[in-house]
Amino acid sequence: MNNDLTLAQILISAFALTLGAATPYLYASIGEIFSQRSGVLNLGVEGTMLMGAFVAIFFASDKGLQIDPAIGFLAAMIVGGLMGLLSAVINVTLKAEQGISGIGMTLFGLGMSSLLFKMLADGVITATVFPKLNIRGLSDLPVVGEIFFQQNALVYVAFALVPISVWILNKTTWGLQIRAVGQNPKAADAMGVNVNRVRYSTVILGGVFAGAAGAALSIGLTGVFQENMTAGRGFIAVALVYFGGWSPWRAMLGALLFSAANNLQIWAQILDVRIGNSPIPSNLLGMIPYILTILALVFARQRHSLEPAALTKPFERGEN
Amino acid sequence: MKRKVLLFALLALSLMGLGGLVSAQDGPVRVAIVMPSTITDLSWSQAIYSGLVEVQTEMGGESALEIAYTENMFDVTAAAQALRDYAEDGYDIVIAHGTQYGTSLFELAPDYPETSFAWGTATDTGMEAGLTNIFAYEAAAEEGGYINGVMAGLLTESNVIGVVGPVKAGDALLYINGFIQGVAASNPEATVNVTYADSFSDVAKGTEAAQTHIAAGADVLTGSSQMVVGAIELIQTEGGYWFGTQSDQSAQWPTTVVASQVYDWTAVIEDILAQRASGVNGGVAYNLTLENGGLKFAFGDVVISPELLIAAGEAAKGIEAGEIVVQTELPE
Repeated sequence: MNNDLTLAQILISAFALTLGAATPYLYASIGEIFSQRSGVLNLGVEGTMLMGAFVAIFFASDKGLQIDPAIGFLAAMIVGGLMGLLSAVINVTLKAEQGISGIGMTLFGLGMSSLLFKMLADGVITATVFPKLNIRGLSDLPVVGEIFFQQNALVYVAFALVPISVWILNKTTWGLQIRAVGQNPKAADAMGVNVNRVRYSTVILGGVFAGAAGAALSIGLTGVFQENMTAGRGFIAVALVYFGGWSPWRAMLGALLFSAANNLQIWAQILDVRIGNSPIPSNLLGMIPYILTILALVFARQRHSLEPAALTKPFERGEN
Repeated sequence: MKRKVLLFALLALSLMGLGGLVSAQDGPVRVAIVMPSTITDLSWSQAIYSGLVEVQTEMGGESALEIAYTENMFDVTAAAQALRDYAEDGYDIVIAHGTQYGTSLFELAPDYPETSFAWGTATDTGMEAGLTNIFAYEAAAEEGGYINGVMAGLLTESNVIGVVGPVKAGDALLYINGFIQGVAASNPEATVNVTYADSFSDVAKGTEAAQTHIAAGADVLTGSSQMVVGAIELIQTEGGYWFGTQSDQSAQWPTTVVASQVYDWTAVIEDILAQRASGVNGGVAYNLTLENGGLKFAFGDVVISPELLIAAGEAAKGIEAGEIVVQTELPE
């Protein structure tokens, strides 16, 4: 089959699409970084994303409340924050086993979003996605403009959050407290830091961002909601945190790498790339992003890992 | 591929017996169905559920036909349990609405010889394995695919058409192969780009595939399964056109969906009921075709040229008359 596209055109659109596809992962990963840097593993991201995805579209859709998508995005973050609060109660106050309780939160989010969908939408629910935001002067630039500056607002916000979160973690008192309770909660406690309060703040913030991630999927990328539409993306976001060695910059690289690999395998199918005479099976191509992620996890075993020493360990005063 | 095609005369004959069947029984006929998505998915599961409801209405409502269903059984093990529960619960007909449920169904069927099972898309009724209580059903999706392809080929201005495929198997593959042949027949200049997401349900993958098709120049898209809803939403935003299959998708996107091939399972359901009434618990394989009326077409509000409709009508007539033979498999 012949496609009259130059390699440059293909790469430009591949990178532009990659930014949009990476956005949900980015929100979720940054949120999870805050939570984990303070020592709390939150595996409920997937469920929180689903709740965010539904709430956002319900606020935006004609079939729902018909309010602005921006309000939908806000509502998704509020609901995500509430899910985060629930996670914090379970993990920080009640000191539950974090790996298990997170799965519980995910199942809760899956069930709850499906139930709400059934009750409130019943059938396919659609909404107009955030429009592409052209930035005057920048969007018209060749190559750079096409890749970076013809995205929707949720994409710009997600990428802006990366340097902001790095700054918060490294340059603010709150960031110092987060890192302290993640590395050595006992010492932080001795210094007068309220360990549990810091952890509440990060887990709630993680929920807010996971809710935003869900909204980015439903009203940023697809314009629809379906039951279980995250399909494992929340868990990939958690994997990207490990992949990035708990650094927002490197998690961003991971999200971009994963999304780029995924988009390029779609291009490989469109361009009918073959080995010899036989086409490469689509399921093999579809596996590439996952294989890449695993390989990167194995070989790029970080020298610069920022893994918090107290990750998954609930804080008890007077104990180690 | 070997196909047993449903004979119309047989169907008509058995339908006449249907009235007798209902009154002869004490309670309603109880039908249960296990499906991979939801009854409102605008595709695979919705098609058969609407068929069941239509038959129920014709028969006189819930007092004549009871319908129970379980949705979202993407997990085959869970589906197997649901099928067994329905059989154990004494349902007369238990439908496993997905090729992936076949293995479980063949293990289950011998334990409940009084229950009729049905599954699709499939051709194997288990007769060769000695099973007598399984019906199989499939759709000649390539036929409607061909007609959609003929129209898509005439409609495209960029001469690039994108196919958002789910999994390279079953009725999706038949549909896509038919579609490619239809485009080739009406517009040999056009390129058809095909992608598979390897998922029936992941809408975001459908959107990402559609985005890439559009970036590759496509102005007309098609696709199959419940994962396409995001793709249709996107092509609507972009001002392009969509061709649907399985259910009527124009209800949701009337100005974007030009035409949909619709699976009408009512005749199959009615025949299964009639077979049971005459003491046959299984062993019949059905195929929806244009000729037997199992494949229908629904149009949206898209204003299309008469030329397009004429070409589609001629293609349909050609297929029904056997003058156009749509291949089910294409060379790679």
